[in-house]
Amino acid sequence: MTTTAAASTRTLAVRRLGRIRYADGLKLQAELVADRQAGRIPDTLLLLEHDPAFTLGQNAKREHILADPDALRAKGFDVEETGRGGDVTYHGPGQLVAYGILDLNPDRRDVHQYLRDLEEAIIRTCADYGLDAGRAEKMTGVWIGGRKVAAIGVRIARWVTSHGLALNVSTDLAAFRHIIPCGLHGRDVTSLERELARPVEMSEVMDRLAAHMAEVFIRTLCDTEGSTG
Amino acid sequence: MVDILMPQMGESIAEGTVTKWLKKVGDRVQRDEPILEISTDKVDAEIPSPAAGVLREIKVDSGATVPINAVLGVIADEAQAGAPAPQPAAAAPAAAPAPAAASAAVPTPAPTATAPPTLAAPAASGPATLKPGELTAEDLRRTRSSPVVRKIAAEHQVDIRQVQGTGIAGRVTRQDILQHLETRPADPTAPPPPTAPPMQVPTPPPMPAPRPQPPAPPASAPPAPAAAPTLSMPTPPPMPPVAPPAAAPAPTPAAPPVAPTAPPAAPPLPGMPTPAARAQVVPMSPIRKKTAEHMVQSKRTSAHVTTVFEVDMSHVDKLRSRHKAAYEQQHFVKLTYLPFIVKAAVDALKAFPVLNSSVDGDAIAYHKDVNIGIAVALDWGLIVPVIRSADEKNLLGLARSINDLADRARTRRLKVDEVQGGTFTITNPGVFGSLFGTPIINQPQVAILAVGTIEKRPVVRDDAIAIRTMMYLALSFDHRIVDGADADRFMAQLKKGLQEFDETAL
Repeated sequence: MTTTAAASTRTLAVRRLGRIRYADGLKLQAELVADRQAGRIPDTLLLLEHDPAFTLGQNAKREHILADPDALRAKGFDVEETGRGGDVTYHGPGQLVAYGILDLNPDRRDVHQYLRDLEEAIIRTCADYGLDAGRAEKMTGVWIGGRKVAAIGVRIARWVTSHGLALNVSTDLAAFRHIIPCGLHGRDVTSLERELARPVEMSEVMDRLAAHMAEVFIRTLCDTEGSTG
Repeated sequence: MVDILMPQMGESIAEGTVTKWLKKVGDRVQRDEPILEISTDKVDAEIPSPAAGVLREIKVDSGATVPINAVLGVIADEAQAGAPAPQPAAAAPAAAPAPAAASAAVPTPAPTATAPPTLAAPAASGPATLKPGELTAEDLRRTRSSPVVRKIAAEHQVDIRQVQGTGIAGRVTRQDILQHLETRPADPTAPPPPTAPPMQVPTPPPMPAPRPQPPAPPASAPPAPAAAPTLSMPTPPPMPPVAPPAAAPAPTPAAPPVAPTAPPAAPPLPGMPTPAARAQVVPMSPIRKKTAEHMVQSKRTSAHVTTVFEVDMSHVDKLRSRHKAAYEQQHFVKLTYLPFIVKAAVDALKAFPVLNSSVDGDAIAYHKDVNIGIAVALDWGLIVPVIRSADEKNLLGLARSINDLADRARTRRLKVDEVQGGTFTITNPGVFGSLFGTPIINQPQVAILAVGTIEKRPVVRDDAIAIRTMMYLALSFDHRIVDGADADRFMAQLKKGLQEFDETAL
């Protein structure tokens, strides 16, 4: 089919941003979404870490932040409301955040499929480390033995995506105690380091994830700043 | 005119929720300009305007969940908008004569009827001209639920017609059914009437409020059965269905529960003034019905006696002020009086296990677990989430559990098993200022503790009048198996536990 042929020639540009503030990430994404909608840039994957922040999706319940927002701000956490789907989550150093600015036109116009595809890329990344990660029914995200290792929240505007996924690599999991992540009670969060009981190199996980995103979305990877090894 | 439709966001997606309108009625919009935001699951999406023009009407307000292809709003082209846009008042024209020359930007040639605003739609709207695949108001009403809701209903064997719908046109939303599951009895043997005739499905008049409020008793209704303050009466956790009393007056209970929005069809109760004329007759919500049933059944079952103790809370007050900040900063838990009371009650229950028992025929079942139900007042009723194995928790654990359960009760996220299995209940009418209540026992338990308001009062200490932080505790117990002496010893122990609360437990 011509569509597949066309799709397979599409590129996925990877940009590594280092560690940025959550609000700066929002601003950049808004610009990139407009650029993508206008066809000025190819599909783009942003790989980054955030300064510590609690973020509320549009469905978020304030009470899922267990601590007083002002107390959290005093401790150096940002508390931000954002336009992605989903509930409350935490971002911070050691967590791989991947924002996908992808045009789902013409052949991927299904938001649930997009969520499943993001999960697939994460599951394959975990598998590279010998971890058996999977999905849980009706709970978007990626889980290892009932513990959540990655959260997903997405925004779509005219089929161009933004936001994406947050995979705990070496995240300080204690921060999650201040919230009820994604509104799910009584569920633990985990990280690759916690599961493997050894240090894991962030840039390596980024490489793996970028590669699996390209596979899953049938894109040609264009990793300009890649330190692929 | 062009309709804004709930888009199909994916194959498996049957509905979406309007999160925010980015434009107001009367605003000018460009084609493809974002006009509203919707969400499904973990995805938020911006919906672009299907045409240039003026937002003429918003049919689905933010917060509402509707199926795909439902009409969310209407865009009128500039010319039409220029005409005096009649704010859809009483008599909306059933089918506005469509301007023959529809603007080129409008892809839909069919004239769309101007429907009355939002929720009134199903009742009165004229024959709307529809595009293929679009749901009519009639369809919406008939199905009344999305596939997700129907699936949940099927899994739990719930007859959707028995669930009060708060969605558009009285449709049952996912939240409605989840709430229904949380509040209905666990035992599905008290089922919906086996085969309600199809015409049972009522024509919902406009739903006034998004949430079912527990109806206020009509002014002219007979006095409420229990004179005790309602707040001290917890909603029953799911319980075995009450055997219909043999002598029950036949007419009302025998009738299949009429869906809440139905016009009152039941014959007026004897002795009641003509309802239509002198009272606003509102059918009970399911939770109200369950509560009513449970309260009467409990009164009929147990020999209620209430004993009241006065407790000096100055010591607890001091401990609380001393540790409050640390609890908040280290554990992010607000330390209230309630965990102290629960802790002291648990200790006293262990000393007097008969208060933690149930009547089982001719026997007494002493429960090994101490599961404390906490009555939570909600704007839609009352519910009693249960702290399981409360005797295994320390003060911090209790404080966390209380906050967590109360939060989730308020946000309707309790699971069914979290309102079951209580062995003793604590209710807190004091938060509303009550000195003490005489609560009704939460069957099949044998005792319930009501916490009165905590305030400074003058009391006599060492022959002088002192200002102390005081509280009344009222215990209703089942005199069938609990003697007054046991109850009062239990209360004395509870009082001592509070007045001499062990600081090392914090």
